[in-house]
Amino acid sequence: MKWLAFIIVCLFGALLFYAEGDMAGYGDLAAPANLHVSPEYIQRSLKETKTPNVVTAVLADYRGYDTLGETTVIFTAGLACVLLLAGGKPDDN
Amino acid sequence: MIIKYRDLIVSLACRVMAPFIFIFGLYVIMFGHYSPGGGFQGGAILASGIILLRMSLGREATLKKFPPRLGLILGSIGLLIYAGTGLAALLAGGEYLDYSFLPIPGASAAERRYLGILFVEIGVALGVFGVLFSIFDSLTERE
Repeated sequence: MKWLAFIIVCLFGALLFYAEGDMAGYGDLAAPANLHVSPEYIQRSLKETKTPNVVTAVLADYRGYDTLGETTVIFTAGLACVLLLAGGKPDDN
Repeated sequence: MIIKYRDLIVSLACRVMAPFIFIFGLYVIMFGHYSPGGGFQGGAILASGIILLRMSLGREATLKKFPPRLGLILGSIGLLIYAGTGLAALLAGGEYLDYSFLPIPGASAAERRYLGILFVEIGVALGVFGVLFSIFDSLTERE
């Protein structure tokens, strides 16, 4: 069983290395990720939101839904922690 | 249960440092528009200030100012501020979370988005602050 897991892990690693060859270089201006919306953010965020920090403008304005979801996840994690750990009496039943 | 650390230097140094940590946390939240920082980081710094006080002065001494229930209440308020900002834009005729429709008199669309980002950052900061602090409390509550 261990050998089977080892072989699967090796195959998956080989697949990742094979797929890595198609990834764009780091900081490559011609990469698809850098052609779609990034230039728009960089050029227009100061004019549209008066915020010099592009990261903040993208995080809280353009990607506002994402940050709302992150905050909800953090709050849910805290809620679960408090419910599990600070549960008062050991057993009520 | 955390009790007071029996060393005068440690407890005095922590008491002197804590207000500066809180001020720095507020600075990081408010200056998210101009420098690295924002709600998540500022909230974590604020929570670290309270955790430092809890660890150095003991749980009993800090319960009055920062009761354990405060954490989740602040977290809920933060999330409500965030969702409420989006809802205000929705009710004013725009899309959800489109801050340029926020009902702020005398502000241009860009300034409304600027203020919307600020509200949202404050909401995120309150959420992260409350949650970190209540996780610490629930981990150290009982012996």
